[in-house]
Amino acid sequence: MRLLEYQAKELFKEFGIRTPPSISSTDIEKGRKDAKELGYPFVIKVQVPVGGRGKAGGIQKCNSDDEFELKYPQLLNMSIKGEKTRAILLEKMADIEKELYLSLFLNRSKRCYTIIASSEGGVEIESVKNQTIREVGLGDVDAQTAKEVANEIGLKDSQEEQFVEMLQKLSKLTIEKEAELAEINPLAILKDGTLMALDGKVMTDDNSNFRHEELQKYQEKSELEEQAEKSGFSLVELDGNIAVIGNGAGLVMSTFDLVTDNGGKPATFLDVGGGATTESVYEALTLISKMKRVKGILVNLYGGIVKTTTVAEAFIQAYNNNLIDLPVFARLMGTESDKAKEMLKDTKTKMFDSIEEAINGVVMEANK
Amino acid sequence: MTDIYEILRGKKDADGNYQKQPVIVQGITGKYGSTHTKLMLDYGTNIVAGVTPGKGGQKFEDKIPIYESVKDAVEATGAEISIVFVPAKFFLNAAKDALNSGIKLLVAIPEHVPIRDAMEAIELAKQKDAVMIGPNTPGVIVPGLIKVGIMPASPFSSGKVAVLSKSGTLLYEISNNLTSAGFGQNITIGIGGDPVNGTRMIDAFDMVKDDPELEAMVVVGEIGGDSEEILAQHIIDTGFKKPIVGYIAGRQAPKEKRMGHAGAIVMGTYGSAESKISMFAKANIPVAKRPGEVAVLLAGKMGSQ
Repeated sequence: MRLLEYQAKELFKEFGIRTPPSISSTDIEKGRKDAKELGYPFVIKVQVPVGGRGKAGGIQKCNSDDEFELKYPQLLNMSIKGEKTRAILLEKMADIEKELYLSLFLNRSKRCYTIIASSEGGVEIESVKNQTIREVGLGDVDAQTAKEVANEIGLKDSQEEQFVEMLQKLSKLTIEKEAELAEINPLAILKDGTLMALDGKVMTDDNSNFRHEELQKYQEKSELEEQAEKSGFSLVELDGNIAVIGNGAGLVMSTFDLVTDNGGKPATFLDVGGGATTESVYEALTLISKMKRVKGILVNLYGGIVKTTTVAEAFIQAYNNNLIDLPVFARLMGTESDKAKEMLKDTKTKMFDSIEEAINGVVMEANK
Repeated sequence: MTDIYEILRGKKDADGNYQKQPVIVQGITGKYGSTHTKLMLDYGTNIVAGVTPGKGGQKFEDKIPIYESVKDAVEATGAEISIVFVPAKFFLNAAKDALNSGIKLLVAIPEHVPIRDAMEAIELAKQKDAVMIGPNTPGVIVPGLIKVGIMPASPFSSGKVAVLSKSGTLLYEISNNLTSAGFGQNITIGIGGDPVNGTRMIDAFDMVKDDPELEAMVVVGEIGGDSEEILAQHIIDTGFKKPIVGYIAGRQAPKEKRMGHAGAIVMGTYGSAESKISMFAKANIPVAKRPGEVAVLLAGKMGSQ
């Protein structure tokens, strides 16, 4: 899961990584109390699970009650790249001398953790210049390696020591929490010469959730996503109006690409999994029926071991129970597809031989 | 390097035919394991033993003996291939049992295996000079000879094109198109949709590239990680000359969202489709815009050679 900044900072604190004083809230009542406790001036930071919030105006200075009353609601109601604000963090400003970059990430191709550090931080990783990259196996980062990285980005003496300590703590966090990424950006050198983590990003391995009861409080899913998970689907919600359903992540991604290529806007990425059943497809239709913005459903299934008639049966049930009233554009390929087509002949499901034709149909419907 | 062809099809006999190699199924009595054991048997895979702790001594479908451990199953059968169907939580133990008992090809079907567990299993496989495919893979098939996986049989036909794919259903879809276009497959390998794979794209490429019967290759990638980029660089470096066609799923996927597969996520530019497609272009690998175009591009490439 991708932790929000304030959640990442809670982990930082737990592992002894220094962060500025800050308090998080989700409503203005609590926010007012936090403001009093923290004292002006501070920054108000939108908590969203995407990058680039500074540029989008999601971080604002705040010097007074008047400013607070104006800005807090604005930021609370803001969306960045389609992501609504999840919480607000009020944070004391730090006296910054210089901004560095530090992260540990799971290098998939090398199958080990990798350190990236730079003397130029505060921008997104793609723009970070002069990167020092060190592959470091699966265990803790040792002091010697941390020291070498510190020297490579120009740190000496006390700052070198502080950096070594911080990197080792970050490494401990990464391993204990099974993180795929733990990033401190910017890692600031303050005017007083001390080091502090000003922003943080942590992504953990969802598949290890069962070993991390303590992280469950950070698990954030929409109601629909939660239901989808219970049914064994993967669902990503988007702000378009075409529900894209299929079996297998690759096939659904490919369908999603083609819908977008053809001017359609997906409302879902819904993978019912390689082993779709009548029940699971019915469940998927139930989820979609709850999404009011959806104007059409696109179904792309490759029936192999799963028979397409099994899927057709789910649609028949959905129509019989008045679950869906939306036009459905479907391409069912593979086992028993002729029979499935016959079953769905007089329903609102239009069957197509190729996915391209089905996409044309659904895009025209959704853009009506 | 372990020769995956030799593990899967043995050496040719006096008549020039390959031999059916014995296979063990771990988790043979589970719902998923038993269904797919039957389907593999239907395909002609030589399944010689099953493993389910607590059910040793019983028989699957009255014919395949079940053992307590892979160690026992290997001692009794000499099999070097095992396919694992246990729940993700128990995967690491099952993998250790297999790799410590002499299994040389481990096909890891489970989805949702923690990355750390997968990495431990991969490390052990390396030490034992074994190949692990997956986790979260549909498996491997040499059409017409042996199927060690959960893929349906119908899309595949015997031939001379190798297909390497991160995705299962796209592998079926594209193989089906290839079959219809007259391009049978000499092997297809599911890399898996997880962030860490026992057999990476580059490993799979190296395993199949020198087969004398191979005429062309299809690489089906998707967003996330950099295994396609690394493969493309490797193809440039090794000067591999047989035709290759690519496909990349997820061109339009939003950033920082996991698209169904644990590994299918773009972070910044790391893992983006553009990055993969541009590296494929450098390696002179045309990339299809849609799955249906792969066979068309391959026909073009084969024709121009």
